[in-house]
Amino acid sequence: MIEIKRHNQKGRLIAVEGLDGSGKSTQIYLLKRWLEIEGHKVFFTEWNSSFLVKKATKKGKKSKLLTPTTFSLIHCTDFADRYERQIWPLLCAGYIVLADRYFFTAFARDVVRGCDPDWVHNNYAFAAQPDITFLFKVDPKVAVGRILDGRPVLKYHEAGMDLGLHNDPYESFKIFQGRINKAYESMVKPFDFTVINANRSINVMQQEVRKIVSKRIDLPAFKLRSKVLI
Amino acid sequence: MKFYGKGLPNVKAEELTGKLVVIEGADGSGRSTQIKLLTNWFEGRGRAIVDMGLKRSNLVSAELEKAMEGNILSPVTLSLFYATDFADQLENRIIPALKAGFIVLADRYIYTLMARDIVRGGDPRWLKNIYEQIALVPDAVFYLNVAPRFLIERNFQKSSSLDYWESGMDNRLSRDIFDSFIKYQRKMKQIFMQMHDTYGFEIVNGNRSPRAISQELQRRIEEFVEI
Repeated sequence: MIEIKRHNQKGRLIAVEGLDGSGKSTQIYLLKRWLEIEGHKVFFTEWNSSFLVKKATKKGKKSKLLTPTTFSLIHCTDFADRYERQIWPLLCAGYIVLADRYFFTAFARDVVRGCDPDWVHNNYAFAAQPDITFLFKVDPKVAVGRILDGRPVLKYHEAGMDLGLHNDPYESFKIFQGRINKAYESMVKPFDFTVINANRSINVMQQEVRKIVSKRIDLPAFKLRSKVLI
Repeated sequence: MKFYGKGLPNVKAEELTGKLVVIEGADGSGRSTQIKLLTNWFEGRGRAIVDMGLKRSNLVSAELEKAMEGNILSPVTLSLFYATDFADQLENRIIPALKAGFIVLADRYIYTLMARDIVRGGDPRWLKNIYEQIALVPDAVFYLNVAPRFLIERNFQKSSSLDYWESGMDNRLSRDIFDSFIKYQRKMKQIFMQMHDTYGFEIVNGNRSPRAISQELQRRIEEFVEI
């Protein structure tokens, strides 16, 4: 059973999700730049970036002490810190909040790691659903290729090595990403994802993203009253 | 053993042959004294002990300590930080010990963690779901029941001051720390008594000498541990 918690604040929340290498970070960066240049109230936040929690996460990953449960809880803690101190107050203050990954990343990864889906969903139940969630859908082979071409050293958890899928990090990464991809696909309907075909050029995708955002969000309402030069 | 909820991935509760004994009670209720006495008692009889408590994980205890000092974490974040700390100790220390047949003595458990958040307005359903899923059902939970007046006395004997958090000063119950301590501990006790209905604690009169209390605990423990 999935509970969808809507916020009724003035602000708007846009999240991007997708596999590593799907191009989502580039897309949300360009979306942010556009909204800023047009003079809107925008705030950007990304996964696993809480100043206080990140250090513990790093330590845990490095020492390989994380289990699926602690991996899930520590990322949830990180998210909660950003949610309570930034995302929520900014939604109340009427900002457009852009999130590079949201709790769907945990729903996908933690469940692939063996956590109970209901448990993970409940742990994040304090947070509201985004107004728009873009899923950048890409053939897992293409995404994996993009990552493996550019960055030959894969981190242990990034490659899903903790799951014991394969001794070779590259093979493990491929299997892991394939499973994450399936998990994302299963969320499209229940969470009302807006799916973007990410096998296209950056520019074409960004035009589509901007079009959808301006259609679904009353952008003029989010203009900064005082002009700030950026 | 078994879990309250569905349990942890990759852990078979029936393989855990040790015993888990939890001591609960307010600050100054004599928990750590009782744990010391029980440790001596067990070890004197050749039983191996592992202890656990709050804020003792390798993973997050240092960060958690730092966050408490600065008072910079919001309530949900703090809850989750404690849950991470609990889970890390459970999986990396307690479960291996229980598998090897150790006796685990826990200085507080999920009950204090939940009660502290419920007192502060946390959602009981949310908390229950987080903790019950992953927590093992202890073989016994002893709640040291001590009157708030005695608690105050013992805290002053211990450090001649009251702890900010244990007095619930963050709840703004009173500007006066003495007054706040009494009010906060009363509320905590109410919540514990409600939890008692669900979890069935063994309530121990803590207004007695440490030796008398320990003897009672030993007697009760002998009912389920062969000594």
